[in-house]
Order: sequence, then C-alpha cells, then structure tokens
Amino acid sequence: MPDFTVLELLDLDLKQHNHLQLSCIAGRTGLSRKITTSKISRPGLPLSGFFDEFSNNSIQVFGRGEQVYLDKLESEQNLASIERLFSYDIPCCVFCDGGNPSDRVIELAEESGTSILKTDLLSSDFSRRLYQTLDEVFAPTQTIHGVFVEVYGIGVLITGESGVGKSETALELIERGHRLISDDTVKLRNISDNYLIGMGENPLLAHHMEIRGLGIINLANLYGVGAIRDRKQVQLSIHLEPWDSQKNYDRVGEATMEDTYLGISIPKVVIPVKPGRNIPVIIETAARNERLKKLGYYSAKEFDQSVLKWLESESARKMYYINEETL
Amino acid sequence: MVTRELKVYNRAGIHARPAASIVKTANKYQSELYLEKESMKINGKSIMGIITLGATHQSTITMICEGPDEQQMADAIQTLFENRFEE
Repeated sequence: MPDFTVLELLDLDLKQHNHLQLSCIAGRTGLSRKITTSKISRPGLPLSGFFDEFSNNSIQVFGRGEQVYLDKLESEQNLASIERLFSYDIPCCVFCDGGNPSDRVIELAEESGTSILKTDLLSSDFSRRLYQTLDEVFAPTQTIHGVFVEVYGIGVLITGESGVGKSETALELIERGHRLISDDTVKLRNISDNYLIGMGENPLLAHHMEIRGLGIINLANLYGVGAIRDRKQVQLSIHLEPWDSQKNYDRVGEATMEDTYLGISIPKVVIPVKPGRNIPVIIETAARNERLKKLGYYSAKEFDQSVLKWLESESARKMYYINEETL
Repeated sequence: MVTRELKVYNRAGIHARPAASIVKTANKYQSELYLEKESMKINGKSIMGIITLGATHQSTITMICEGPDEQQMADAIQTLFENRFEE
C-alpha cells in the first residue's frame, strides 16, 4: 500500500456527487502527513479534556457542535485541550458547514504543523463521503492480466493466457457497441468485502489497446466516448483457453463455476477457443444469460424443468397405452 | 522459479520501445515472465502491462520467471536491462 497523504486527499479527482470540496486554510506543512486508517474521529470528547482511547491517527472532523464548543472554550481562555489535540500526530482537522476556526486556533495549528481543512458540506454529509472515499482508498487491490469490458451493462472480465485472443475479442465487442474499461492490466478493488470494482491501472494510459499487427491504438479516439468507461463492478468472469479435445466442457450449464478475487466470488464461464468459433457472440450471450439469472430466470434449470415435466407427461401417456394393450 | 531485482538504467525509463523489446525477448521462451513494482504485478509478455508499470530511470523492478527455461529467460531479460535496451 503506497502512502496516502493529506495532500493526496485534497488532490483526489472525485465526481460531483461525492466531491469533498476541501480546501486547506492553515498548517500547510502538515499536508505531508500520512492518513493510515479509514476511520473518522469526532473530537468532542478530547476537546472536553478526555483523551483516553483517542484515535489520533484518524482525521478529526469538526461539526457544528464541536465548533461552537471550541468558540466557548476560547471565550473562556481555555484552549489547553485543542493544544493537546494538536500535539498528537493527527493527520488533519476538517471544519465542516463552512465554519472558520478562530485566529488563535489557526495560530496553534501553524505552530504544531497540523493542517486545517475546510469544507462547505454538512458534517454528516461530509462524513459519509469521506468514509466512502477512504474505504476505496484503503480497499485491498490486485492487478491481474486480462481485459475488462462492459457488455449489456454487465462487467465482464476476460482472462486467458497471452495470445489466446482477449484483445481481439474485446475489439469485436466494442465494434458491436459495448464498452472497454481496461485492456491488459485490470486493477481490482474489494469494496468493503461486498463487491469488486475493476478499472485501468493508470488513467493516463487507459483505453489503449495492443493489437498484434497494428500496435498500440487509442480506443477513445477511434470509437468515441460511447465506447469507453472508467470503472465498473466485476460481475462475470470469462476464461478463454485453447480448445482441448480431451477436456469435457460444460454442455448444459447447470453447474456454476466461480472465480475468487480478493475473497469475492464471481460467476465464471470457461470458453474454449478454436478457429471458426465466434467468441464475442458467445460472450454477449453469456452476459445476457447473466442478466436473466439476476432477474431470477435460470435458462439451464428452466430447460431441465420443462424436460422433466414433458417426460412425466410422456411416461404417463405410455403407461396409458400399455394398460390399453394388456386389456 | 527465478526471482531477480532489476534496475532501470536508461534515462527515458521503460517506454514503448523498451517494453516491446522485453516482450520480444520474453516470447522467445516458454516460461512465464512477471514483473513487479510496488503493489503491481503484471505479465511480462504484454506491452501495455509493462508500460503501465511506470518504470522510471533508476527505479527497481522485481522479475519473476517461471517455467522450463526460466534460467535462460532471466539471463536474457537481465542483459536487456543492463544494456539499457540499447539506448
């Protein structure tokens, strides 16, 4: 896990609905301090002088209440507790609701080299966004070799050894109107042990593809903005492998295989590749099938059910005939 | 399995051309090649993967070769790094 500093928190490029709207108002020297936990602390108790179990390695979020209390302490000329708070190596303090710390507090922060950030968001809203952001920053990650595309709204991760035709398959899928998230290296993130997010390793190099014979091409330029996506939940894993006539491939599709990345299981489909097989169509169908399963319709099982039903009625009829013959 | 630490000596770091020469060399061997830098581990037989490592001048990369001809492959890749990819 590379270090994550306060400055990096300020620099995070977040989308509008989870933008933190942070700006630094004091203690610039403290911006190089590291944030090591996704926990957030509301410093009400420390401000009142109770420092037992004080989580000094988490970000201190000052809401309306803490700010009013701080003002009261200042009017009583009693800033010992905030001085003590700054003496800990806390990553930074955040003043919410657009509140401003007093000049004296800013002075103390500068002296101790603790950065003070400010946001116009309400403390409750800010805490929620910060939790979400830090959860993602500290999420376990894994980089794997594969291509990640979105097919009919399903995040499909295509794996297989190099040369099996992953990139060519992805190219054909894009040609058919699906989207590319990343080619070749896919960074997976385990979000609160709940689901997996896949994205390109480096946003600057994303949406480029290496096609043997063509070299490196830029998909965003060639196919336009509709053909790309930055990130997506991984919902289906497709493994391409050279056709092996000795191996038994799934012919009914009743058994479900799974792939596990970072402790999260994803349904898996193994597709044998041989010349003449149209892999993109098979992947499209697998994605459609996955959507059906999400809606509660399981093709293979439903098919089996109707076969069983038919057999039952057929055998019933046969029994009827037999009875007639014996009569 | 052969694991070695490699240092990037050429000024420009590993850009498209050096990446291509690594892949070209690696593809001469059957073994698998993995390159590791910080938390990233990528397949050494893919150009885009190697470029994404962002290996700059003087950075260190861990090379892992695995397979029947791992020793020869490791030597070939190491020579490539030491010759600064002929730059």
